[in-house]
Amino acid sequence: MDVEILSRIQFAFTIAFHYIYPPLSIGLGLVMVFMEGMYLRTGIEIYQQMTRFWVKIFALIFGIGVATGIVMEFEFGTNWAVYSRYVGDVFGSALAAEGIFAFALESGFLGVLIFGWNRVSPRVHFFSTIMVTLGSMFSAIWIVVANSWQQTPTGYHIVGEGMKARAEITDFWAMVFNPSSVERISHVWSGSFLAGAFLVTSVSAWYLLKGKYIELSKASFKIGLSVAAAASLLQLFTGHRSADVVAHYQPAKLAAIEGHFDTLKPADLYLFGWVNKEKQTTTGLAIPGGLSYMIHGDVDKPVAGLNSFPENERPGAVNFVFQTYHIMISIGMALIALSLYSVFLWWRGTLFEKRWLLWIFVWAVLLPQIGNQVGWYTAEVGRQPWVVYGLLRTSDALSEAVTANQVMFSLIMFTLVYMLLFALFIYLLNKKITHGPLDRHDDEHSPRHMEMADSFTPGATPEKIEHPTDKD
Amino acid sequence: METFAGIDLQTWWFLVIGAVFTGYAILDGFDLGAGALHLFLNKEASRRTVLNAIGPVWDGNEVWLVIGGGALFAGFPEVYASLLSAFYMPFMIFLVALIFRAVSIEFRSKEPMLWWRKMWDVSYCLSSGLLAFLLGFILGNVALGVPLDKDHIYRGEFSDFINPYAIMVGITSLSLFMMHGAIYLVMKTEDRLYAKLTIIVRRTTIFFVISCVITSFYTLLYIPHLVDQIHNSPSMFILPVIMIIAIANIARQVTKRKYLFAFLSSAVVISVLLIIVSLELYPTIIYSPVNPENSLTVYNAASSSKTLGIMLTVAAIGVPLVAAYTTFVFWTFKGKVKLDETSY
Repeated sequence: MDVEILSRIQFAFTIAFHYIYPPLSIGLGLVMVFMEGMYLRTGIEIYQQMTRFWVKIFALIFGIGVATGIVMEFEFGTNWAVYSRYVGDVFGSALAAEGIFAFALESGFLGVLIFGWNRVSPRVHFFSTIMVTLGSMFSAIWIVVANSWQQTPTGYHIVGEGMKARAEITDFWAMVFNPSSVERISHVWSGSFLAGAFLVTSVSAWYLLKGKYIELSKASFKIGLSVAAAASLLQLFTGHRSADVVAHYQPAKLAAIEGHFDTLKPADLYLFGWVNKEKQTTTGLAIPGGLSYMIHGDVDKPVAGLNSFPENERPGAVNFVFQTYHIMISIGMALIALSLYSVFLWWRGTLFEKRWLLWIFVWAVLLPQIGNQVGWYTAEVGRQPWVVYGLLRTSDALSEAVTANQVMFSLIMFTLVYMLLFALFIYLLNKKITHGPLDRHDDEHSPRHMEMADSFTPGATPEKIEHPTDKD
Repeated sequence: METFAGIDLQTWWFLVIGAVFTGYAILDGFDLGAGALHLFLNKEASRRTVLNAIGPVWDGNEVWLVIGGGALFAGFPEVYASLLSAFYMPFMIFLVALIFRAVSIEFRSKEPMLWWRKMWDVSYCLSSGLLAFLLGFILGNVALGVPLDKDHIYRGEFSDFINPYAIMVGITSLSLFMMHGAIYLVMKTEDRLYAKLTIIVRRTTIFFVISCVITSFYTLLYIPHLVDQIHNSPSMFILPVIMIIAIANIARQVTKRKYLFAFLSSAVVISVLLIIVSLELYPTIIYSPVNPENSLTVYNAASSSKTLGIMLTVAAIGVPLVAAYTTFVFWTFKGKVKLDETSY
């Protein structure tokens, strides 16, 4: 394998692995703000217990997020030197702003969030929780601004030619507010809120099914569900806006997303299907004229197909982009249905009576994660062959000083280290969840008491078990 | 050429990035050094205490590396691109060591088993030491010069970087951070652990002085481009004088048990060392020994004046903010380490 393919694999692998964690930090941070806010408002102890519990899980997630994130910051220079020279003036600024405005805020207050419970007042602690969450959200702003500039570059001009060519900022705010950044930031935020909220509902649902920490889990579940319901609806809106931007600025990506080779009038909107690139056909279930209507508000307007772009200026992995996009859409719709139905049951007062629904929530934690991943695959693979849309090709962006053997070495190293990291993450996450939200030093709530209580009420439904914890 | 306060923007950025990396060396320096000393302490209680001494702050310290990397990318993209792609292998090892260090700190306390804790202790100590060494190793190679062609692309082998000078600078940075970290830990501990650490402070200080003297002689004798500035402008001789006084002051303050002043003195040592290297290099950032015309300077490697101006504004807003909450966090966790249920 050559340097190009190895570098592509390494970047894709390290960024995809990294992206498991930041959305969880952002989403979980927001949920923690609500939990701790409820504690400050009501003074009810379970809100503090749940905040403390989730802070510990947040610390684990954040730790791996930082460790894998620093890799990303340096990988631009190590593997993509031509790219770094080309975009440094623009992209580097966004990255530096991220470091100083967002990451510093987040990491600075993280110490107080985790270790400061006995050192600062509850209000100052709450303030720290808010600052960590804001920091993680600001991080997303700058990183997505940088990426959006690669998708829809504005506010720059090209200086020099050939090896010396590079993009320079002409208008900072035009660069920041490029045509896709607002849509994509809000889309990434909502995806992150979903990831965090569904982690909380998953763990809470599992406790409820096991009959543990009933009051605490019900309260956590409701907070998580509120965030999930709001975010899933927000996601529908921001997702639609993002798709509009793609249709307007990246028509070749849109054609790949919908698997259209010919320019069609009207163009159909696929619900699912399969693209055969050789035969240039897409088979599946489609809404006739749906795409034309979504983009133009008129079923009879044409939408450009892949063949209207030169072969070397359109994405090659058409079926991949088609599938990842449609998986994302299906997951988005499923999450809306799931959260709205649950809110309806909550309103009816029967939310926690349906065990099958709780089991769905236990596993639903995977859906936003998969959705976030495939969404990014669509955005990044769909942008190919460009690394900066219309300006710089990915194949031209490599480091010339680096050899295939070196990248092979680092790729193997990252694969092994990340596999170990992921195994440890799952192991420790599972351990924390099994250990539960109550601290060991709370004698009357020790896990042994829990086990004893469980063993005295065999076969009872979660609603009927009364735990010592639930009485206070 | 655009200027600000009489200094051109490119030089301003050289100063800003230098300041950020100096901040990084002072802050992450003590926790890397504390990590490198970890295995010299044998008791579980001691190891827990020293780990919790850096617990709430190490992550904030590492931010300075992230800011420095971003600032280098934004301010001098040519340097960022050439440096990182030239030092591909050292940086990859650096990144993996950063990962191991972060997860060792995070994972160690999660299981009570002896083998688990020992495993993470070893991983934490070795990765911290390796990071401290690699920072010096890369700095040593940069100071020595990197053979760049006219397109600023590195044309050489990884093995070229393994030379006595870079290794010596690496050992110096390791010893400097170990001393710096030991002084920090003395401030944060009590009783027998405190007594043991005062001995470690003395030993690491001696280790640093020896490495520093050898590296200085090596530089003076064999690396002319790193000494010509000081050779030509005798007023710069004040810097090594300050450094030597600061080193002596560390020993003096340790004897007087004024560890905060000892810590500040060792911060001065770090700053002066980096200032000397920066002044010797300036206006070059990466010297190309094959043809000095291929060198990357603050002028041919910088971003556009517009970007430098924007980023200077960003820094002017951001740095005081970062300094404010860094101070807040250090103030919150001031005093001796007290273990509680939130500790590692």
